[in-house]
Amino acid sequence: MTKIRTQYDRRSFLKISAAAGGGMLIGFSWLTGCVSSSEPEGLAIPNEWFEINGYIKIGDTGMVTIYSPNPEIGQNVRTSMPMIVAEELDVDWKNVVVEQAPLNTGFYQNQFAGGSLSIRLSWNALRMAGATARRMLLDAAAKEWNIPVSDLTVAQGVIKEKNGERSIGYGEIASKAVGMEVPEEVELKEVKDFKLISTSVKNVDGKKIVTGKPLFGLDFQREGMHLAMIQHPPAFGMTVKDFNQDEIKSMPGIKDAFIIDTSLEKPGRFDEIGFKQLIAIVGDSTWQLMKAKKALKANWEVVGELEDTQMHQDRMETMLASGKFQQGRKDGDTEAAFKKAAKVIERTYSAPFIAHNTMEPMNFFANVTDDSAELIGPTQQPKALEDSAAQLLNLPVENITVNMTRIGGGFGRRLYQHFGIEAAAISKKFGGPIKLIYTREDDMTQGTYRPTYISKYKAGLDENNNLIAFSVQGTGMPESAVFPNRFPAGAVENYTAESVAENTNITTGAWRAPRSNFTAGAEQAFIDEVAELAGKDPIDFRLELFDRAINNPVGGRHEYEAERYAGVLKLVKEKSNWGETKPGVHRGVAAYFCHSTYVAEVIDLVMEDGEPKIKNVWCAVDCGIVVNPDAAINIIQGGVVDGVGHAMYSQLTFNNGAPNEMNFDRYQLIRHSQAPEKIEVFFVQNEIEPTGLGEPGLPPAIGALANALYGATGKRYYKQPFVSYQPVTG
Amino acid sequence: MPTFNLKINNENHTVEADMDTSLLWVLRDTLGLVGTKYGCGIGQCGACTVHVDGNAMRSCLLQVSQASGMEITTIEGLSKEGDHPVQQAWLEHDVPQCGYCQAGQIMTAAALLKNNPNPSDKDIEGAMNGNICRCGTYVRIKEAIKTASKL
Repeated sequence: MTKIRTQYDRRSFLKISAAAGGGMLIGFSWLTGCVSSSEPEGLAIPNEWFEINGYIKIGDTGMVTIYSPNPEIGQNVRTSMPMIVAEELDVDWKNVVVEQAPLNTGFYQNQFAGGSLSIRLSWNALRMAGATARRMLLDAAAKEWNIPVSDLTVAQGVIKEKNGERSIGYGEIASKAVGMEVPEEVELKEVKDFKLISTSVKNVDGKKIVTGKPLFGLDFQREGMHLAMIQHPPAFGMTVKDFNQDEIKSMPGIKDAFIIDTSLEKPGRFDEIGFKQLIAIVGDSTWQLMKAKKALKANWEVVGELEDTQMHQDRMETMLASGKFQQGRKDGDTEAAFKKAAKVIERTYSAPFIAHNTMEPMNFFANVTDDSAELIGPTQQPKALEDSAAQLLNLPVENITVNMTRIGGGFGRRLYQHFGIEAAAISKKFGGPIKLIYTREDDMTQGTYRPTYISKYKAGLDENNNLIAFSVQGTGMPESAVFPNRFPAGAVENYTAESVAENTNITTGAWRAPRSNFTAGAEQAFIDEVAELAGKDPIDFRLELFDRAINNPVGGRHEYEAERYAGVLKLVKEKSNWGETKPGVHRGVAAYFCHSTYVAEVIDLVMEDGEPKIKNVWCAVDCGIVVNPDAAINIIQGGVVDGVGHAMYSQLTFNNGAPNEMNFDRYQLIRHSQAPEKIEVFFVQNEIEPTGLGEPGLPPAIGALANALYGATGKRYYKQPFVSYQPVTG
Repeated sequence: MPTFNLKINNENHTVEADMDTSLLWVLRDTLGLVGTKYGCGIGQCGACTVHVDGNAMRSCLLQVSQASGMEITTIEGLSKEGDHPVQQAWLEHDVPQCGYCQAGQIMTAAALLKNNPNPSDKDIEGAMNGNICRCGTYVRIKEAIKTASKL
């Protein structure tokens, strides 16, 4: 067994126990929705619960509540995080119910959903919580029976005497465990002894989702609560001057209308930089608010440049041609190597702004009083919201509570705080609890969009078709997507990576697999073209490069482990039966490393009625230990669909600062008939600590798609979206 | 405000609402049936799908005045115990990711199977194309519909 220091002292345990058992959670039991899964079969509802620590509460009937600390955005951490606790606690999963933990920075760490980090950052903390509780329960039983702990065994929540007949369930001993000393050190299980981890466990909210129970922020209700909507300026570069306030206030069902200002003195990275002054309307019903929004007559003022899509493209091209790059990495002498190369190829790739378009539009509940604020809703980053709200309301953070609902899609959008802050500003001014609801149009036109990018790749081959020089130069608004130390850095003798950024007043932010969601497609399509120029098989060509990075790496440190990168390529090669050809079936491959996880994908595509149709996708994934395999497959499948869909169809364009696409009639998202028919996912088996899966499945799909499309159409795809606007609906 | 008599999930409700209020917001705001989701308000995403006289319809496009006298079923009324074959199949395939669109997907799928108990892949795509899943659970949805067709 691995020993691990608990890092807790008794005081921190008591602190959280009081918090978890006391006011915070009681205040949060607003709906049945905050408790996942139905009552465990065969177990009675406990009369009494015992807080063992901030993650675990055990009832006198043996029912166990495990708190899931992080926001659930569809990545399934509400199932997988408690699974890790339950594994080390050694409890029967059947007896577990899951509850969303409140924001509590005093106990939980890293309570956010972003960067595919939930499992990776909390792996040890979750195991420790389970193992510590298990040890305290064992200590309590040992004390009860007056025998050493070493004489006890435990399985499935039942403690047994090794050389005797006595046994006792967690439910029966829990009351005594509460008073036990918190051990300074606990033993963790060996990976080979895991019973629950690496088995497929169903989504704890599954039944509630398929029966339409209230789970999401938009479903939240509070007695006496009003509804609210906002209207932001129609274009980036504009602000609100005034509006027909009296007329709006006199409309049926409308309680108030005013302008809010959400400016912060010290804004953080996740605070709004676009529309800080907005019109807010408070009323009784959503429909009446929507009608009031339509009746708005506002005067907007131009305060900045009104940008458009052509302007964006021209500026990025000018920037790319300007040569004003910041060096990211330089190995060898690229210029000299290009001069002596037998063949040189240069290609430029681009991608547009895209919106997150979570299916649940932005919303938040706020109840702000003179000395407190209660915020409830879908946020990927509750701590940042708490801090910003404290600033906006000029309240100490202790007087602010933030609770998380289930979230109808994140993709990075809900790392940003403005909708929660707007709700707080509206509640304060209105003087009562409100729930702010965005319309789809509000949501799509006040985004934190994926930036637009252009990257130029250049490669040189010697007379033996070896890659001797590689360069990438990237720009974008407001950032370049170049990762200087990623593949093929370390695998090419002469290598440069350079970046330059261009400004924009379009608000941008993290969008599922930031920068990788563009760079993987560009780089992997380019590598494919270079392999073709070299007359080499695309997988063999990549493996040659990884061999170089393994055996004789070039330059300083690179980000990836070449063995693991090559490993997923070899696995996908085997699983897809690479090399096999079928008439009319076109294959593309790509591999990408991001968020500490390695993914290689092969796409098989056919042309049906002149349209590309993906028949099969094989994914090989190395994320270390797979906590919940079927759910892991699901998220990788989703990443593939997401990558294919956005690369094929999606874009947000601008005219005079205003988005042209405001709803799903113009903004195209991938639909059923356009999705791959089959997506198979295979995991590399190892005992490496788990890394994330929310993002890494997406980026390689774009490269594999571009490369398969080339086979089908004979054309290379440099510019996203790959096909022009063509609405498909049911 | 005018009143309307609605029959929802086999129960009669009398609601007060503006004539043009969409059924979606009567369900969500007035009746507290929040299983039916708002996604776009223009009939493009399918999150608000309900059954009207047995057919899948977008409740965001249906005015409350038009819904009077019709048999309306929402996700809450699709089955008493949450065990409609489509719901069972959804759980078996562990379809949802974020879960927000799934009520609409399930309602469309249930209506499809009622009219076409053994749909082909093309039938499924045709019927389901109006339901967007932003998480990309399409592959599992198709498998689940095929499983449900056998239950």
